[in-house]
Amino acid sequence: MAAPKPRVKVPKKASKGEVITIKTLISHPMESGQRKDKKTGELIPRQIINKFTCEFNGQVVFTCDMDPAVSANPYLEFNAKIEDSGTFKFTWVDDNGSVYTTEKKLTVE
Amino acid sequence: MAETTIKYTMMAGIFATSLGGAAWAGGPADDKLVIDDELEITTRVKAPEGHPLDEVISGWHYRTDETRALEADSFQNPGMLYVERGEEIWNTVEGDAGKSCASCHGDASESMKGLGAAYPKWDEKAGRPLNIELQINKCREDNMQAEPYKFDAADQKSLTTFIKHQSLGMPVRLDLSQGDMQAWWDKGKEVYYRRTGQLNMACANCHEDYNGNYIRADHLSQGNVNGFPTYRLKQSAMVSLHNRFRGCIRDTRAEFPAAFSDELMALEVYVTWRATGLSVETPAVRQ
Repeated sequence: MAAPKPRVKVPKKASKGEVITIKTLISHPMESGQRKDKKTGELIPRQIINKFTCEFNGQVVFTCDMDPAVSANPYLEFNAKIEDSGTFKFTWVDDNGSVYTTEKKLTVE
Repeated sequence: MAETTIKYTMMAGIFATSLGGAAWAGGPADDKLVIDDELEITTRVKAPEGHPLDEVISGWHYRTDETRALEADSFQNPGMLYVERGEEIWNTVEGDAGKSCASCHGDASESMKGLGAAYPKWDEKAGRPLNIELQINKCREDNMQAEPYKFDAADQKSLTTFIKHQSLGMPVRLDLSQGDMQAWWDKGKEVYYRRTGQLNMACANCHEDYNGNYIRADHLSQGNVNGFPTYRLKQSAMVSLHNRFRGCIRDTRAEFPAAFSDELMALEVYVTWRATGLSVETPAVRQ
């Protein structure tokens, strides 16, 4: 598969005090490090997304560590209570050091 | 600053092992598939004339509650990642002619709409039916002067998924009056009912005689193909129809024919006809 691509679903608008649902998905093979290459018999090195963080205006909303049992294309869903307008920043950290990020703006009305 | 309350759900694709769910009671689950609360998908339909079953039922009904829910939300459906990748390929120039799919076909949501519901189609020049994978390869060779995809190349699966997805919700309908399609249908039917392998099983044994029952831990469906290429949780990837054919044949402990061979193409024609009237679900999500 091509380079990991994050997808995020956040409402564009919310009312003050509203609890919104945030959905995230990233394309990633989540290679566990336990599988062998069928041709050579060698172990395929582990390469997974090991950490996910969601921040809102710089404050951490939700974060988690991931381990090799999480399957490919990890999907995360969580809620946040909204008091102000601002920007959500989403970060996925790959074992190989790559960091994938995306941002979403939300307006309180 | 936002005050936050946190609840999270982690959906790792390990539903195959999850317990519970109405599906364990056997038979198709009583449920309706509506994608994103908008698009109603026909998953049960009266069988066409000459069909051995009374009702054609999508494989969606035979999966667990959790797997069915994945397909009902296009955001959660991991197959949509491959649709997006397919769209990139659609717009990427490749080959000596300096063309992309879009150079000739433009906007896929218009030019490819309905196409996936009507393939395989008869190809006069080849003298045989072509499925979408082979049609793509033909286009790549003749028009783009690019290398044809090898069977199950990642790009082949993504592009096929993208093209078939343009027919999402449209009923499967084959035109058997084209060329010799009827003869291929006959041949496919013969393959479907022919017992093979050390286990001496035909497609019909599981998918016609015993659908709704369990073969060990696997809930047997009618084996309809309206959702292919399908995102299979077991593989965490898209699975093409001919890959699935070969997997099933392998499980009967038979030697399996090559992908896109006459035998499997005939089978594709026949089983696509068996799914007549069901909506295209590509990318469907299965166990």
